[in-house]
Amino acid sequence: MTPATLSGISQHPDRAMSLSTQQMTKSFGALCALDHVSLNVAAGSFHALLGENGAGKSTLVKCIMGFYAADAGAIILDGQRVAMDSPRQAQMRGIGMVYQHFTLVPCLTAAENLVIARPDAPGIIHWRTELRRLEAFMDRMPFRVSLNRHVADLSAGERQKLEILKLLYLDQRVLILDEPTSVMTPSEADEVLTLLGGMAQRGEITVLMISHKFREVKAFCDSFTVLRHGRVTGTGSARSATIDEMSHMMVGETRLRARAPRKSRPVAQPAPLPRLTLDAICADDQTGRRVVDNVTLDIYPGEIVGLAGVSGNGQSALVEILSGQRPLAGGRLLIGGKPFSPCRTDLDRYKVFGLPEEPMRNAVVPRMSVAENMAFRSFDKPPIMSRTGFISPSRMRAIAEQLIARYNVQTASADAAIETLSGGNVQRAILARELSGQVEVLIVANPCFGLDFASVAEIRAQIMDQRNRGAAVLLVSEDLDEVLDLSDRVGVMSAGKLAAVIPTSDTSRAQIGKQMGGAELKPDIRHPGDSHARVS
Amino acid sequence: MTQAEPLASMMIVFYAMIGGAIRVSTPFLFVALGECLTEKSGRINLGLEGNLILGAMTGYAVSYNTGSAWMGVLAAGGVGVVLGVAHGWICKLPKVNDIAVGLAFMGLGTGLAFFFGKPYIQPSAPRLGSVPLGGWSNNPQVQQALQINPLFFIGIMLAVFLWWMLRNTRWGLVIRVTGDSAASARAMGVNVDMVRLLATAAGGCLAGIGGAFLSLSYPGSWNEGLSSGQGLMAVALVIFARWNPLRCVLAALLFGAAGALGPSLQSIGVSFGYHFFNAAPYILTLVIMIASARSRSAAIEAPRELSIIK
Repeated sequence: MTPATLSGISQHPDRAMSLSTQQMTKSFGALCALDHVSLNVAAGSFHALLGENGAGKSTLVKCIMGFYAADAGAIILDGQRVAMDSPRQAQMRGIGMVYQHFTLVPCLTAAENLVIARPDAPGIIHWRTELRRLEAFMDRMPFRVSLNRHVADLSAGERQKLEILKLLYLDQRVLILDEPTSVMTPSEADEVLTLLGGMAQRGEITVLMISHKFREVKAFCDSFTVLRHGRVTGTGSARSATIDEMSHMMVGETRLRARAPRKSRPVAQPAPLPRLTLDAICADDQTGRRVVDNVTLDIYPGEIVGLAGVSGNGQSALVEILSGQRPLAGGRLLIGGKPFSPCRTDLDRYKVFGLPEEPMRNAVVPRMSVAENMAFRSFDKPPIMSRTGFISPSRMRAIAEQLIARYNVQTASADAAIETLSGGNVQRAILARELSGQVEVLIVANPCFGLDFASVAEIRAQIMDQRNRGAAVLLVSEDLDEVLDLSDRVGVMSAGKLAAVIPTSDTSRAQIGKQMGGAELKPDIRHPGDSHARVS
Repeated sequence: MTQAEPLASMMIVFYAMIGGAIRVSTPFLFVALGECLTEKSGRINLGLEGNLILGAMTGYAVSYNTGSAWMGVLAAGGVGVVLGVAHGWICKLPKVNDIAVGLAFMGLGTGLAFFFGKPYIQPSAPRLGSVPLGGWSNNPQVQQALQINPLFFIGIMLAVFLWWMLRNTRWGLVIRVTGDSAASARAMGVNVDMVRLLATAAGGCLAGIGGAFLSLSYPGSWNEGLSSGQGLMAVALVIFARWNPLRCVLAALLFGAAGALGPSLQSIGVSFGYHFFNAAPYILTLVIMIASARSRSAAIEAPRELSIIK
């Protein structure tokens, strides 16, 4: 039995549909998120929707999906003007979307998630029959996910695959994917995109993919549309357009701050001691599963050690340990050979600073003001705290205003709640807080996730700058290009274990990609410490 | 204890414990199943204590006025539905905290019951009949202990049904989805507030029926000290049962046995520490709360939308 007969909702069960919008306009208060946007996705094409954060991509697809009602404009599906009032309606018409946040339900199994997603899910579910059908469906798919496992136990990449399988299972003929590969290993991403590209080429589905990755757009997409500030700034064939052309359409005339050049370390210095040492550290999650497993790592002054890996392989937990958010289950931390526990006193004493991932959750208090958030490291020290032990709001504000000017934080005022700032400006405010003084150790996690180009360039430049000034930097990132671009040495985390850390020049995208998928490191690779004179 | 062999009196305590456990556990079971269903949908209703007491009063009053105890049970369920719907409706207003609303409803239900229940403290209403399961024994104490109320069996069947329903029906999966991820449920086109409202209403109904058991079977009369916090302990019981209806049965029996400890010891003449033994369910509640705070499996199985989990 095919999924089409299972769900029986698509009007055209066997072929892709075209999708376009005409003069789509949507405002949120004073902000015009979409300004007469016309998008054309031909039937059976693989179309990329490019744009910086805040360019209106999400708003556009949410209008298509019926989450938002557009102020003006039309949605044309397969040549017919359609009204889209709810996501359910979009689904009935055969348009499905994979969101950036998962819509799978963690406590349900993969099979339960698939069956309940069906609009015609039976009132009483005969699991034996359903499982047989699901197995048959999976057999026809080039990638599969184990049906009886709970979604909570699947890796992020597997969940993303399951999200896509769910759309195919529901027989959706237009797939809208919001940065689908951000949680996949490069090979997983290639596998999934190849499959979808093939299905599009055979005219079975139409794909609209929001992406930031030009490499994927060039390799898999047929055509693209670029949005900037809610307007279409370009469209064309992904095969013929160059990356330069596309990025110019995305950022316009914005001048990018050049990355601080990587200064090579003076060679004549005496052999350095590692600044930060992780000695066989372990950590468990709340269910008792080991998420960081015996990780040992030395980071020397003036280098960036990059940890690559698919999200959910223990990198977040590792960063949480170093920032004091998660207890150590074993092992120890050393700074300059002395024991270090990530409490406020030690963070200050050893000048350890950090840019945690998801800053809104880990680095700021959203409803406190920009000035207060910027003072988290300094509010209890002079000059903000007076000798009498009272905090001076005016001095706090004055310091914040200096930092706001110096780090170009766009905010209404220093008193505005930090949650009113855009993602890039929040990150700049945190940079200002963490990097404005002397930095000995810097812990960075996914610093550029979801930021616009200009902010990305600036933040990477700041990180490189700290390295050049002699800080030991640990960079954890899901963006492999970022890791390869910034790091002096790279390691890969997989299932909580850290593979050997090797100089960036000795490795390659492909090799790291393999390790991200859990492949064993070949033994013939040079010793991790070779680039440094090790202390004997 | 007289000259009778110690073994016989041990057996009497044993049967009294079993019978007591079944009797005492029945209201626990109903409230716990109701709370379990509500929590599975991602909402906590702490007001079930109010449902329980108002259900007890209503059940008794209706039984007295109509002469039919089963009409009383129905009416108690109906009152529970009304309270549940009101809770669910208020909670779907923006920025309303379900725990605070629940506490308010606990007070409301109790207050209404005391207000309307005054005239029914004295009169005697028809009670629910029992199924005698002790016929095999000649011992009248055993026979007396094994007089089981049909509501107990209904409760067990209900637990099995809920367990099956949560896994094998669309409604069951929708409830679990809503309780685990409201965002996913909305993306599926599910009306999250409606699911929760219905789950709260159904849960309220069960709690009301549990209340009717209190006034119409055991202890079997209406007075203001009837519930003594059983509706609140059921919340702890659901956590202990890790949101599984079948485990709710076992947990309710355990609480019931703890509650029956004092009376059964008294039945053989042990009056020492009576009040202490009567406090056993509360002590058990505390122990369970502390134990489950550390329990990793409870952390895994808790519906993620619950406001106490987030």
